[in-house]
Amino acid sequence: MAESELLSVRGLSMRFGGLLAVDQVSMEVRLGEVVSLIGPNGAGKTTVFNCISGFYRPTSGEVLFKGRPMQRLPGFKIARAGMVRTFQNVRLFKEMTVIENLLVAQHMQAERNLLKGLLLTKGYRRREQEVMERAAHWLERVGLIDFANREAGNLAYGQQRRLEIARCMVTQPRLLMLDEPAAGLNPNETRDLNQMIVRLKQEEGITVLLIEHDMSLVMDISDRIYVVNQGKPLADGTPEQIQRNPEVIKAYLGEE
Amino acid sequence: MDELLYFLQQTINGLTIGSTYALIAIGYTMVYGIIGMINFAHGEIYMIGTYIAFIVITGLAMMGIDNTLFLIVAALLVSMIVASAHGFAVERVAYRPVRGSKRLIALISAIGMSIFLQNYMRLAQGSRDKAIPNLLPGGWEFGGEGFVVNLSYMQVIIFVVTLLSMGALALFISRSRLGRACRACSQDRGMANLLGINTDLVISMTFVIGAALAAVAGLLLGMYYGVVNPYIGFLAGLKAFTAAVLGGIGSIPGAMLGGLILGIAEALTGGYLSSEYKDVVAFGLLILILLFRPWGILGKPEVEKI
Repeated sequence: MAESELLSVRGLSMRFGGLLAVDQVSMEVRLGEVVSLIGPNGAGKTTVFNCISGFYRPTSGEVLFKGRPMQRLPGFKIARAGMVRTFQNVRLFKEMTVIENLLVAQHMQAERNLLKGLLLTKGYRRREQEVMERAAHWLERVGLIDFANREAGNLAYGQQRRLEIARCMVTQPRLLMLDEPAAGLNPNETRDLNQMIVRLKQEEGITVLLIEHDMSLVMDISDRIYVVNQGKPLADGTPEQIQRNPEVIKAYLGEE
Repeated sequence: MDELLYFLQQTINGLTIGSTYALIAIGYTMVYGIIGMINFAHGEIYMIGTYIAFIVITGLAMMGIDNTLFLIVAALLVSMIVASAHGFAVERVAYRPVRGSKRLIALISAIGMSIFLQNYMRLAQGSRDKAIPNLLPGGWEFGGEGFVVNLSYMQVIIFVVTLLSMGALALFISRSRLGRACRACSQDRGMANLLGINTDLVISMTFVIGAALAAVAGLLLGMYYGVVNPYIGFLAGLKAFTAAVLGGIGSIPGAMLGGLILGIAEALTGGYLSSEYKDVVAFGLLILILLFRPWGILGKPEVEKI
């Protein structure tokens, strides 16, 4: 396996009763890339995401992250390994404040220090400080610093989506998985999202795996694209290759 | 004047009992808030807490220790620790294995656990009443020529300890990391897990905290009533469950409020009607709230997503 491969999915299948939702999907994501997963509605894209992120346990296949198998680990360990995701629908902790949403996401290292927390040691307080600073930093970056103490459920939809990305970023992930981040955004917000992903890639060196229906966004920011149709892998390649691929055109537009 | 003093006396009695209901009710409401299930073995945890307090107090007293403060603190700490261990074990044995299955299955499993714990205590300690010495006899008396209001030291201790426990819990939930994680889990457990929160640990902690508070109530009520037997958990559990539903299950302030309201309602019934009707009023309240406001006083109605 090449040094630069961050995520490697091999022969992933997921069966729900009689339905084979994902059938032998394989994909590679290299460090620093933006990779998109596209396909018609119901193609199984989100199921692939759910299997990779530990939300589902795949029926068969392998998910290697930094060379380590992930498919048997509980979700929180996968997150701690450096892989976090968003969902199609906004899943903020709506009754918590904006800043609390970012604090709770940094819980990972916290529980080992439970005793230290009770004793309020110096190290604990320093870490609390770091956690707070990181949260403030990301609120600044997504333009929500003025809303820090607002209840997350009261934010506008576009702000909620930005907060979700910030919440992923405070966990300091290696791989950011976004499931239809542009869904429900207006063209301006979609453009902002586009810029944000590009900046995350350039400035933070973050690797992004993306499910998206907005083709102009996908073609613009992706380094490579995987196409699935009816649970099966259909094609993969650069945006140019995918746009010219007759199989892909057929899957999207139907047969002549 | 006497009328008013009599009312005051009943209210004091009601607040005393009510605050212990509230302590037990928190265990129901926290568990429900996070896993959406009613822990029907929780009343037994309270019963075990009372027994442990009894064992520690009489044991130490037999060794010749008679420092009241030491006895109470030792009984409190030991019963909280032992009850927490039981709460932890109940979750592991009766809940975690069936968490993914239908609610009815978890309910039966909890009832089974409750029967098991009751009989396990009966085997260990016998089924007859044991007397718990009142370590703080006496109190204050005030009032006019006719009726005299009695405020015992024990009642004051019950208020104070309950208030302190509630305050500590409120701080824990709102400020600490684990408290934050608890709230996150109660809103979206799946998402919390995918953000790196060990949700199994949070669930365990919820059972442990609920059990520790039930043990506090066990010690307090044990000393207040002066007796313990293996069957006290059933009624106390039902009452606390009623309090939790009354206040709005899933809501911690709701459990506190529900406990106090229930306690006062019971005491007033006892004082003005007859103590025989206490339970009738308590469970009548439960039926009324379930009919007209099933989400409770401070709860929020569940909106079904379409």
